[in-house]
Amino acid sequence: MAEIHLKGLAHSYSDNPQSSADYAIHEMEHVWHQGGAYALLGPSGCGKSTLLNIISGLIKPSHGSVLFDGVEVNEIATQDRNIAQVFQFPVIYDSMTVYDNLAFPLRNMKVDKDKIDSKVKEVAHTLDLTDILHRRASNLSADAKQKISMGRGLVRDDVSAILFDEPLTVIDPNLKWKLRRQLKQIHERYNITMVYVTHDQLEASTFADKIALMYQGKIVQFGTPRELFENPNHTFVGYFIGSPGMNFLSVEKLASGNGTEFCFDGIALPLDSNQKKILNDSSSSNLKVGIRPEFIQLSAVQHPESLPCEVIHTEDLGTYKIVTVLLGQQKLKIRLGEEQQAPQKTAFATFPSQWLKIYIDEYLVDTNSGDAGDE
Amino acid sequence: MNKVQNNKAWLLVLPVFLLVAFSAIIPLMTVVNYSVQDIFDQNNAYFVGLEWYQEVMSVPRLQDSLARQFFYSGTVLLIEVPLGICVALMMPTRGWTASLSLIVLALPLLIPWNVVGTIWQIFARSDIGLLGYVINGIGIDYNYTNNSVDAWFTVLLMDVWHWTSLIALLCYSGLRAIPDAYYQAARIDRASSWAIFRYIQLPKLQGVLIIGVLLRFMDSFMIYTEPFVLTGGGPGNSTTFLSQTLTKMAIGQFDIGPAAAFSIIYFLIVLLVSWLFFTTITHLDKDKVKEQSHD
Amino acid sequence: MTRNKRIGIISYSAFVLLPIYWLINMSFKSNEEITGGLSLWPQQFTFANYQVIFTDPSWYNGYFNSIYYVVLNSVITLVVALPAAYAFSRYKFVGDKHLFFWLLTNRMAPPAVFLLPFFQLYSSVGLFDTHIAVALAHCLFSVPLAVWILEGFMSAVPREIDETAYIDGYSFGHFFIRLFLPLISSGIGVTIFFSFMFSWVELLLARTLTSVNAKPIAAIMTRTIGASGVDWGVLAAAGVLTIIPGVLVIYFVRNHVAKGFALGRV
Repeated sequence: MAEIHLKGLAHSYSDNPQSSADYAIHEMEHVWHQGGAYALLGPSGCGKSTLLNIISGLIKPSHGSVLFDGVEVNEIATQDRNIAQVFQFPVIYDSMTVYDNLAFPLRNMKVDKDKIDSKVKEVAHTLDLTDILHRRASNLSADAKQKISMGRGLVRDDVSAILFDEPLTVIDPNLKWKLRRQLKQIHERYNITMVYVTHDQLEASTFADKIALMYQGKIVQFGTPRELFENPNHTFVGYFIGSPGMNFLSVEKLASGNGTEFCFDGIALPLDSNQKKILNDSSSSNLKVGIRPEFIQLSAVQHPESLPCEVIHTEDLGTYKIVTVLLGQQKLKIRLGEEQQAPQKTAFATFPSQWLKIYIDEYLVDTNSGDAGDE
Repeated sequence: MNKVQNNKAWLLVLPVFLLVAFSAIIPLMTVVNYSVQDIFDQNNAYFVGLEWYQEVMSVPRLQDSLARQFFYSGTVLLIEVPLGICVALMMPTRGWTASLSLIVLALPLLIPWNVVGTIWQIFARSDIGLLGYVINGIGIDYNYTNNSVDAWFTVLLMDVWHWTSLIALLCYSGLRAIPDAYYQAARIDRASSWAIFRYIQLPKLQGVLIIGVLLRFMDSFMIYTEPFVLTGGGPGNSTTFLSQTLTKMAIGQFDIGPAAAFSIIYFLIVLLVSWLFFTTITHLDKDKVKEQSHD
Repeated sequence: MTRNKRIGIISYSAFVLLPIYWLINMSFKSNEEITGGLSLWPQQFTFANYQVIFTDPSWYNGYFNSIYYVVLNSVITLVVALPAAYAFSRYKFVGDKHLFFWLLTNRMAPPAVFLLPFFQLYSSVGLFDTHIAVALAHCLFSVPLAVWILEGFMSAVPREIDETAYIDGYSFGHFFIRLFLPLISSGIGVTIFFSFMFSWVELLLARTLTSVNAKPIAAIMTRTIGASGVDWGVLAAAGVLTIIPGVLVIYFVRNHVAKGFALGRV
């Protein structure tokens, strides 16, 4: 059982890192709690696989330390860390049967025969592998092979964390959800810390209780899927999470008759007084306002707070529609439910001020306290 | 693979077919033709059926060299295959040392076969050769030109020097094709180095090893030039292998009929052994799968 | 572990290099020094042995002859094997499997078997003692192997690439040379390596099919054994010179060979 603590951790592949660009992982402080189901989400090249391999010990970090239950494991080899890892492509021992594959780690640990037998059968049952237990592993389908890779981690009593490195890449789409659900069940049953690396937000949010979103070698936000959706910490989170991603409008200060307004293309946004105050107090010129496509209301008739815009494109995706509108020079995406009618040509958009998020220098500003929006 | 049925593809194969047919079918037919006739001169040839075949099979000299040949090929395989695998496992995987060891290993493969013989002739001589000098120096009486055991040892050593590289290079590239994840998974599963070799590396080498063993069997079974240069087949007939016996018979003594019959038998033996080896290996593999799925 | 490996590979490399070093060592010695006693390096360093070879046309022509037929063999092999391998990798046609297998069996034929018939065949068509005769005879062994290697590489290239090229309006020849060949360049490297290897090292057929004009260097080397015994120095120098082309070939294809062995068949 383990809590994994990344303490002052940073990693560079170059021996003598000069600038921040030399770092694959920027200095970070992070804790994965015992028994949690976590996803490490991010675009390719953001450093998530590097981070996973540092935890498993396949890569030695250049700075900082990894602690398992408070004990530093930097110098402890992979095989002694009590972790299991499932790779992107299934790794199985071709010449063995499924049974022998599952028994392999236990045999290497010299566990006695009866114990191995019962443990293998139990895990095979959990993973639905009982029927093919005596087949040769090399001729199985990719999803069965991936289950075997995972099973080799589950048979060991000493495993306290299982790391998944994009494990569903080679699985048929229709089997993916089934395997994800099985993963979830296993997590509940075995009370093992699981860290799941993926670039797919859907995979991350269905599997994990909490998601760590990585961008350019940093964890930019760590929270529940809902938190990441409703309060993206960083413009990248807003853009990466959700489909389509958050709309961002660069705004500038303009003096007008009734005080200061924040405008883009000469259009004033309906911000509340607190939001205006924060923007007004900032000395930065990088000011952005973000809103989720789900939260913009679109109507064919004018309302008091609404802004006129031009509909340029409507995509009907069955259960919902994505409408692209032109507001000033800005294209905005708006998501409508299937029962809603998409207006033609001219429409009126309303921006509820509680869903307008303020970003200064790309980071979210908490409008309730006025501080930068860390947890 | 989903190939398209198209008989026009024959046009693309035609050059190869004509070339190989010219170099293979005509000569082979000539050999078959000789093997069933007794030829005195251009105008006097008699059909003798399988007489030559019966005759050559009962010549002790040929039986001896056939037995010697099998023993030689067997020994060569037993030494070179395990040694080649070991060398491949030891080779550096990246950087300039990898390139260097690749070049060093490939070196013996690209030396003309008679020069290989010459190199060893010089190297192993007890008067001017380093190897012979050193062996005699440590008190062992060694002279490959008049002791048949020494001659055998030298020919074998030469073959190992010459051809182990081929197995090693094949295995080396086979090993390079194994993704890193396999080694990482094995480390996580706490596999010993032996288990990694037995359950990851060896199974992945199966393909290249089949080819390596086949090539080594065929080439060692046809060996001619290197022992001819090194020992001339001696002392006595102790290192006279099949090809040399055959060449002596055909060109030296001009016994064309028996030589042709013997050629055919020779060719068939190589074909048969290669075929047996190949089908046994592929069948073993299939049986294992079947057996386990019925288990 | 890694230290043992290093020791292992260094010892094996030493085993490979030592006999070659001995040959080189001897090529710089005079015959008196060679037979006079053992020394680890030349005491009286001399180029005399190489001078013998470089000043005598019957010696150095042997090199030209060998290189000539080896290059000829590699070119013929590639030219005929490329389309054939393409056909085997892309199409089904009447007798394809039998043909493929028959090609491979030729690799299993002992050259000694073909000695006499080859001699008669090439004599009867007037090709005896020509470079092309040796090149053609070697093709019997190099072509099947080349087809086999190239077929493996070509099968690894997805069919879609061919189809896309046709849709884009490429002619077959244009597609094959401009698009397809670069994709299998490793395979071509390996094929050249093997054709070269076979043709350069083979002596039995080359010697039988030539007498004067196309005689390979390897056959000329037997001349060093004269009435007064063996001319060791010249023999060693000639041997050293035959190793050089091989080294050049390995150097140029070294990256392809490592990759090529693994991707392709051989």
